[in-house]
Amino acid sequence: MSDGVARAAVAETSRTSFTSAMRVLAGLLESRTGQILAENRIWRIETALKPVLRANALPDLEALVARLLSGTERQLSDDVVNALLNNESSFFRDLQTFDMIARELLPHMQQTRSERVLRIWCAGCSTGQEAYSLAMQFRKDQDRWQGWRISILATDISTAAVARAKSGIFSQIDVQRGLAITDLLRFFEPVGDDWKANDDLRRMIDFRVDNLFDPQVPGGHYDLILCRNVLLYFSLDMRRKAFQRLAQYSRSGGYLLLGAGETVIGQTEEFASSRDFRGSYERRGGPGEIAEQPIRRAR
Amino acid sequence: MKNCLVVDDSKVIRKVARHILESLDIHVTEACDGRDALTQCEASLPDVVLLDWNMPVMSGMEFLQELSKTKLDARPKVIFCTTENGLGHIKAAVEAGADEYVMKPFDRDTLESKLQIVGVI
Repeated sequence: MSDGVARAAVAETSRTSFTSAMRVLAGLLESRTGQILAENRIWRIETALKPVLRANALPDLEALVARLLSGTERQLSDDVVNALLNNESSFFRDLQTFDMIARELLPHMQQTRSERVLRIWCAGCSTGQEAYSLAMQFRKDQDRWQGWRISILATDISTAAVARAKSGIFSQIDVQRGLAITDLLRFFEPVGDDWKANDDLRRMIDFRVDNLFDPQVPGGHYDLILCRNVLLYFSLDMRRKAFQRLAQYSRSGGYLLLGAGETVIGQTEEFASSRDFRGSYERRGGPGEIAEQPIRRAR
Repeated sequence: MKNCLVVDDSKVIRKVARHILESLDIHVTEACDGRDALTQCEASLPDVVLLDWNMPVMSGMEFLQELSKTKLDARPKVIFCTTENGLGHIKAAVEAGADEYVMKPFDRDTLESKLQIVGVI
């Protein structure tokens, strides 16, 4: 039995609306990622795992759990975790936030940075739409950023999501959500029924599989961290730990953007609401604790 | 309240679009072809037109061409809404003056995001 599945089995709670199999699966997700599958999201388990059941010729969740508990198939456990993670994303999600970034926050950073370097981290990037949206924004304002080195690091714990993000391939439905038609024509090319981000855009982003609680990403002080619609899946305790991590990776005076409805209030003292940029949070105090290291460029 | 003219020869598509648009607090009028849509635009200009490509009497492309020749106080935003997703079709629509392009079938999120992009909501 793998450690994750064993811990999940032991962590079974007495919540009555969970079936025994669902408790194990929710526990597996929590032990591997820290994410909690709240009772109001339990309905997702069966739907989300249908493709995994089909691919492994398993009749139901009980059979899946039995196979997981045999502990010999790491790939199956990875597939289950990938399927249970919520990878919902869209281009320019929360358009007002992107407008604020493009019109106010990035120009402010450009004016106040002493070096012509800007480091951005999309923490919990899912299938990459947020990172691609930022990359497109820089390309649309190309003249403004002439001579600057822009690094966009995008990480997610889901191997499947990061693989998709790296491929740069999006379905017709994906590109219809939030992507202006002029951006589609400028930055994407048709590949069968799908659309692929052009090479220039893909080269701008370094996609990596990474755990927010145990980041292996390059150290360094990020000017802007986007961690939107990620922390809402964690317990308060885990959110506090996540904020500590984000603070360690944020430059003093750097900015953090959370999803609509997410806040730092009551969860960390490391960030404070920005007076100038609505919906963003500013890193308080001195520089982060992690020594600055060179950032590897995306290959 | 913003106004949207839904132009489609399919009653079902018009009904679905109406349902979504009204849930977004947008007033909806309907036309079953390009000619009907043009007449309605001359009488009362909508904020946005949701436009089908293939229709009898006058197609979506012909409507766009006629609209550009018609003297109006302002120009409505136009979102092409079609089953044609080829690059050629999309480019032709944009060149003809469409502001956005959406593939059928569409859902609420898709339509909402397109309406945001063209600045209607």
